[in-house]
Amino acid sequence: MIHSLFLINNAGDIFLEKHWKSVISRSVCDYFFEAQEKAMEPDNVPPVIRTPHHYLINIYRDKIFFVSVIQTEVPPLFVIEFLHRVAEMFQDYFGDCSEVAIKDNVVIVYELLEEMLDNGFPLATESNILKELIKPPTILRSMVNSITGSSNVGETLPTGQLSTVPWRRAGVKYTNNEAYFDVVEEIDAILDKSGTTVFAEIQGVIDACVKLSGMPDLTLSFMNPRLLDDVSFHPCVRFKRWESERVLSFIPPDGNFRLMSYHVNAQNLVAIPVYVRQNISFFESGSSGRLDITLGPKQTMGKTVECVVVTVHMPKVVLNANLTATQGNYTYDPVTKILVWDIGKLNQQKLPNLKGSLSLQSGAPKPEENPSLNIDLKIQQLAISGLKVNRLDMYGEKYKPFKGVKYVTKVFR
Amino acid sequence: MLDSNKDSLKLEAMKRIVAMVARGKNASDLFPAVVKNVACKNIEVKKLVYVYLVRYAEEQQDLALLSISTFQRGLKDPNQLIRASALRVLSSIRVTIIVPIMMLAIKEAASDMSPYVRKTAAHAIPKLYSLDPEQKDQLIEVIEKLLADKTTLVAGSVVMAFEEVCPERIELIHKNYRKLCNLLIDVEEWGQVVIINMLTRYARTQFLNPNINESLLEEGGEKEFYASDDDEDDEEKKAEAAALAKRKPYVMDPDHRLLLRNTKPLLQSRNAAVVMAVAQLYFHLAPKAEVGVIAKALVRLLRSHSEVQYVVLQNVATMTIKRRGMFEPHLKSFYIRSTDPTQIKILKLEVLTNLASETNISTILREFQTYIKSMDKDFVAATIEAIGRCATNIGEVRDTCLNGLVQLLSNRDELVVAESVVVIKKLLQMQPEQHSEIIKHMAKLIDNIQVPMARASILWLIGEYCEHVPKIAPDVLRKMAKTFTNEEDIVKLQILNLAAKLYLTNSKQTKLLTQYVLNLAKYDQNYDIRDRARFIRQLIVPTDKSGALSKYAKKLFLALKPAPVLESPFKDRDHFQLGSLSHLLNTKAGGYQELPEWPDSAPDPSVRNVEVKDSVPEWSKCTSRKERKEKKVEKPFYSDSEGESGPTESADSGNYGDQAVVALGSWNILKISKTHTHVLCASFTSDQSSGEEQKKERKGVKQRRSGSESESEEESESESSESESGSEEDSESDTDTRKKKKVWTHAHHPQHCHSQQFLLSTSVAPTSSPQVTPVNNFLSSSLASDLEGLSLTDTVLAPTTIAPSASVRMYELLHRITGEGLGVEYCFNRQAFSPDPHMVAVQIHFTNNTSCETKNLHIEEPKLQSGMRIKEFPEIDMLPAGESVSVVMGIDFCDSTQAANFQLCTHTRKFFVSIQPPVGELMTPIFLTENEFKKEQGESSHLHHQPPPHISSSSPMLK
Repeated sequence: MIHSLFLINNAGDIFLEKHWKSVISRSVCDYFFEAQEKAMEPDNVPPVIRTPHHYLINIYRDKIFFVSVIQTEVPPLFVIEFLHRVAEMFQDYFGDCSEVAIKDNVVIVYELLEEMLDNGFPLATESNILKELIKPPTILRSMVNSITGSSNVGETLPTGQLSTVPWRRAGVKYTNNEAYFDVVEEIDAILDKSGTTVFAEIQGVIDACVKLSGMPDLTLSFMNPRLLDDVSFHPCVRFKRWESERVLSFIPPDGNFRLMSYHVNAQNLVAIPVYVRQNISFFESGSSGRLDITLGPKQTMGKTVECVVVTVHMPKVVLNANLTATQGNYTYDPVTKILVWDIGKLNQQKLPNLKGSLSLQSGAPKPEENPSLNIDLKIQQLAISGLKVNRLDMYGEKYKPFKGVKYVTKVFR
Repeated sequence: MLDSNKDSLKLEAMKRIVAMVARGKNASDLFPAVVKNVACKNIEVKKLVYVYLVRYAEEQQDLALLSISTFQRGLKDPNQLIRASALRVLSSIRVTIIVPIMMLAIKEAASDMSPYVRKTAAHAIPKLYSLDPEQKDQLIEVIEKLLADKTTLVAGSVVMAFEEVCPERIELIHKNYRKLCNLLIDVEEWGQVVIINMLTRYARTQFLNPNINESLLEEGGEKEFYASDDDEDDEEKKAEAAALAKRKPYVMDPDHRLLLRNTKPLLQSRNAAVVMAVAQLYFHLAPKAEVGVIAKALVRLLRSHSEVQYVVLQNVATMTIKRRGMFEPHLKSFYIRSTDPTQIKILKLEVLTNLASETNISTILREFQTYIKSMDKDFVAATIEAIGRCATNIGEVRDTCLNGLVQLLSNRDELVVAESVVVIKKLLQMQPEQHSEIIKHMAKLIDNIQVPMARASILWLIGEYCEHVPKIAPDVLRKMAKTFTNEEDIVKLQILNLAAKLYLTNSKQTKLLTQYVLNLAKYDQNYDIRDRARFIRQLIVPTDKSGALSKYAKKLFLALKPAPVLESPFKDRDHFQLGSLSHLLNTKAGGYQELPEWPDSAPDPSVRNVEVKDSVPEWSKCTSRKERKEKKVEKPFYSDSEGESGPTESADSGNYGDQAVVALGSWNILKISKTHTHVLCASFTSDQSSGEEQKKERKGVKQRRSGSESESEEESESESSESESGSEEDSESDTDTRKKKKVWTHAHHPQHCHSQQFLLSTSVAPTSSPQVTPVNNFLSSSLASDLEGLSLTDTVLAPTTIAPSASVRMYELLHRITGEGLGVEYCFNRQAFSPDPHMVAVQIHFTNNTSCETKNLHIEEPKLQSGMRIKEFPEIDMLPAGESVSVVMGIDFCDSTQAANFQLCTHTRKFFVSIQPPVGELMTPIFLTENEFKKEQGESSHLHHQPPPHISSSSPMLK
């Protein structure tokens, strides 16, 4: 299975290595660097690279390459999924998964990796169990540790690992018992030049933050579960209950976790919350062009559209942009050729508009294709699919928890 | 600092060392100093020392030996977690000298009481195997033993070990197949992947191809694909499958069906690897009509990380070649986004091309048109090739495509033009006559296009069809002759070809030109070209001694060439198991296990029958049945002392599925199990016959036993426990009574507790020390799980987590939600129902979860089968909020398992409810004299030497 792991930053430095079997020289990464060079962009590095004696399976996340070395047949998704789990675990422990964070906590990282894999086979990947084994660093704890000399390694033994509810640790206690659920939906749509929808779908996730004492047994039901077309669950959700009653019945892990992700049936048409009028043209002569973009709200159900950002990947010949925005501000990076217009809140009365001229490389032929626009936005308190949580019931414990549900719609790529 | 007395200093030092190790710096000089600390008290120091040790032990074998004794001590520790971690580190130290020690440790751990330690043992097996492959035979023995393990914790790891050590020993799986299928959903996700992949291979060797009559059913199958939706429930599918089965002789093995059914829910897993594993299982094993279910799950994975997309798309591309209909409804999901990385775009393109058919080609082509305008040139080139493939596959759009491509020839980007030329060339080869215009157009292009492949293609086209363009061809040759020396090799070769062909057809105009070109080629640097020139000269230029071949030169050069077939690079990749590394790379990776072809005739399915005799050792065979009975009876004594320890309960609750399987044989003996077996697992219905066999066998055992009677001291105790049974209801026919009596007495025998403890010990995780684990504790908890196992092997999570107490199995009569806050549960309390001896006592437990009180709880309108009777409980006047109350009612089920239906009424609402008696709850009280009892008791007592000391309970005896 997984033989070794190398963490490599964007500059090509191997800043961490871990071996679960015999040591493999880091020179094996040369094959990776070769592939990376060939691929130009980090996104394009093939996830599986073949070398004479090994196979390198890598993922790119948060500007770090996680390169694992494999010697024998193993399902590639197995490794990829595991590497993503590792990255998520780092994020969970250190707040972010950056090179700096990993370097600062190298010992904890090492202990984590040791627990997560045994002889290359995943051992404990549930964050609840790992946190019992190795406590995440906090400022307070690191101060206490430096004074008293106590350690990050949990004194207690991870009994959770032995239970049939491996995702929840035992003996959880809170003074305030709370359970929060965030219903986050993302619209993914492709519009053509005239604004008609070519393709649109809604994907959603329910992220939960559950801080409840003991072993609560929760049941979450929806007003309109039929909307959900394709779902995948955290292992804690009882699949049979969902099949028969369309309710989510589960014993939650402690803390933050993703309860489910779903896909909304695309047949009921997706209401795109904004519309765009755009006109980008390049002139045959004079090596210049004109740009005019206007955004307006549409079908927002009375909620304000926030965090609107328009991103345009300009053709290579565009040297610079000289524009004026009625709202927000724009930046143009002449190296990456990306124009970013950060609008912020969408104003109903005065529609934001970006207008001006583009200067092109002189002599170069005019670009044949108009660039495509990417629009990111966010709407609070609205799940665009109309999904509504009906109620949350708790069994198995006596106290009354504080419950909350939040809805967010995002368009983000 | 490592020599310091202070732990904090040691820790600091170790941290620095580990940081060095992590950066890849050599820290091996410090080995002696570090190893000294292996026995350190501080856990963190210890752990870091382990990390260091495992990393460098291989390099410093002698010094590493110093640490071994510490681990050996750890292996004997009463705490299971310490035992496990000691084994883990010990087995991770790659020092050949300690192989025997490791072997011993693994063997010991494999029969450890704690499933966690056994799991670690399973992990250690491949480590030892890689260190010393000669241990294989011994390790296989251990694997065989662990495969028989019934805990979910062990299952994944041992299958992993199996795959690494002895994947060819497929016969080891037979006995465990059904168990693995049933446990699968509870195994941790990584184990699931490994098990599913292994079972795919297994199924390929053991079952028949479900699509054996595929061609006959082609039409029916196609329709199914379109209908396949998530909402489509199992019944429908079964009905369909049944309908299909009627039409063809093929009948699916129930075990095959079991595998398909038990893996299906895993498509909903959050783990992409699990979803992929199930998908490939369905692709390789499921009947064509059922494969459709995986499409949606795979499409869902496309919204995941780009690496996941990459792998999934590769697999989808392979699937689409064979099963196009499956993904057609999801066509739009494969549309390309401008933000996709190029490699994803190209794979999506591949899938789209594979999906193209007469019906959707227009949409796909329109989509392709937008792609061509993309700024990503590699992608554009791939799109053009895709168009070409669509055009070859679908005759109707060939002309449209060709026209589109010709338009692209005037594109300003050279890459686009070049790619178009190459594709057009291939297309033209199919029907050259109608397209001399295009050839002319392309001939003009040769002045502008610089990409060698495109130039070569044009030259080849002109040469091949020089008869269609007789005027232009010589002119092109003239131009090319001029630039010959500057061309790429591939172009030069085509120039030679063109020259030769023209010489043959139009020697008047081109003779000199050809000579010139051949002369140039003669002195070319590339030997290939020199070779070609020599060869052509000999063939076409007539000389005195020209060989016999020159006569056929024209035939040689101007033969009609078959049009190239544009096909997907993913064709035929499906001979690799999908989802595997080998499939992704399209070459065999090390350690890849071939996916076997379907057998022509099915191997004997009976090998998977789990016979109690074979699968469990002798002692448990004797007790498996009695144990169950016994526990039922003893439960009231122990129920109040039930489980304080989480791990104890949970560890063995993973067991229930299997306990049930083992117990199955014994249920069969009681002749009540026909319906019950169904509940357990459908596949076992085929076991009826084997059950009968067991029955005979069992009788034999009994007789043997009764032959050797021996008294034991615990009589009185056992009698007291026996008495409990007296209060049970008789629901069985009289003919069975005698036999039942025997069963009962066996069951009540306390001495079985010992063996039972033995049996259970495999599933009990002691919290502190295994020796003193209170038996009553695990008796009650394992009872609960056992009982759950009986009826609920399918509902995976529910029993282990909801079970309100481990004592009595509570059944739900009315759910809290449907009952609007009123929750009703019932249980068979196994007391005699005093008003009527023919009735079974049912204890009903009401819980008011609402905030207001519920009044007038009573029963109305019982709807009963003929002969059944109900004795209602007295009406409950008021049930305050948050309170609960229990009442007892009597039901005469008439020895049937028909449900008793009635209405449960409150002052506001009425609820229809029904109570269905599980078979095991219809029991008969039996009266035994003391002597009789002793006799029965004696029958089995010789089997066990040491009764557990605590089974002294004091309930009255019925005499």
